[in-house]
Amino acid sequence: MMTKRIIPCLDVKEGRVVKGIQFVELRDAGDPVELARVYDEQGADELVFLDISASVEGRKTMVDVVQAVASELAIPFTVGGGINALDDMKRILRAGADKVSLNTAAVNNPGLINEGAAFFGSQCIVIAIDAKYDESIGTWRVYTHGGRTPTERTVIDWAKEAVERGAGEILLTSMDEDGSKQGFDIALTKAVGDAVSVPVIASGGAGNAQHFLDVFTEAQADAALAASIFHYKETGVGEVKQFLRNAEVNVR
Amino acid sequence: MIGIIDYGMGNLFSVSKALERIGIPYIISESPEELNNTKGVILPGVGAFKDAMARLREKELDQFIHQYVDSGRPLLGICLGMQLLFEESEENGQFEGLGLLKGRIVRIPDRDADGERLKVPHMGWNKLHFHQEAPVLEGIEDGYVYFVHSYYADGVDKQALLASAEYGVHVPAVVGRDNVSGMQFHPEKSSATGMKLLTNFAKAMERSEDIL
Repeated sequence: MMTKRIIPCLDVKEGRVVKGIQFVELRDAGDPVELARVYDEQGADELVFLDISASVEGRKTMVDVVQAVASELAIPFTVGGGINALDDMKRILRAGADKVSLNTAAVNNPGLINEGAAFFGSQCIVIAIDAKYDESIGTWRVYTHGGRTPTERTVIDWAKEAVERGAGEILLTSMDEDGSKQGFDIALTKAVGDAVSVPVIASGGAGNAQHFLDVFTEAQADAALAASIFHYKETGVGEVKQFLRNAEVNVR
Repeated sequence: MIGIIDYGMGNLFSVSKALERIGIPYIISESPEELNNTKGVILPGVGAFKDAMARLREKELDQFIHQYVDSGRPLLGICLGMQLLFEESEENGQFEGLGLLKGRIVRIPDRDADGERLKVPHMGWNKLHFHQEAPVLEGIEDGYVYFVHSYYADGVDKQALLASAEYGVHVPAVVGRDNVSGMQFHPEKSSATGMKLLTNFAKAMERSEDIL
């Protein structure tokens, strides 16, 4: 039996983790490698680094971050943000990342998914989808550019197309729930999970351990991602896993 | 000294960094001559079976691997590197492997015995079930390791099956016979358990040196 995965997400800007992270025991709370190590020790199953650098220099720094993390850590990690071409994937994967996550670039140029999957294998290609419910069409709409730009695509169709093109995993963020701490979007996660044959990572809305249990049992998510509740120590990865274990969910 | 066989198909970086962390010296090489100066070799691999075998043959590393194994020194195949140790694979056709272990590489069924849908690739952390004692498994208690694969080894000899994981079928996870061993998962990505497995392989390598 596969375990359900708990995945902390770190935002990296110009090579530093941003968004106040409250690990008092750290010498340097902005160091991606130190934070990654703490999460590894807490039992994180995987990590996601999202590069939110605005500059070309910042993007280059990400390669150094990836190398440093890969040198220090023995758990899988994904890098997203600023990956627009096959060359970007090569840089990040050769530096030691296990997967790359594509969002806006894949929507604008879906062939990028085929290229990446053909070159590195589907297991390396994660498609990140920002989803927001649209009452006028009665389903979820895909947004790009960090949730700022609505597209003509619906989430279910886009997820299916991405998988047909070679995506190995879907990282699904609910814009409706993101930041709410009211729980993951069960309906959205279940709808996408039913539509595709690859693992779905639920994201957006985690506020406590019960929310993880809900998304695993009610929406059959394969993994769940969270940022702030872990960074601000509202709950720890270990605590969430203990809660899940008590509820007889299979975790590592 | 461990040799990591470089034939253009591996995540050599992760494997080599893992060895650095546990303090095992290594070389990465595609030269049989250089690789022959080691006490054990690792055959990594990510990608398609057919391409991997073609590259090994191109560089005459297939012959090297056979000679190396005949010399009695230990070989560890990881992920696709483990699959290459078997007789043949049905991945995108029918292709002959190294034939060091008995069995055939076949696709993971996308339904389990009850007809429930299974996601392929088998990706994520799964639990090891141990079938027999082996030096490489020494002291492994928390048996969760990280898998990423769509094909598995079918028809493995009972004697060669050291540990397996459940994913609709019994997925052989650690296999071994004499000095040939393989891991279907990625020990280099399997946190503390993976590091322990690699340390065990290195220790077994040092021990076998006394025998040789």
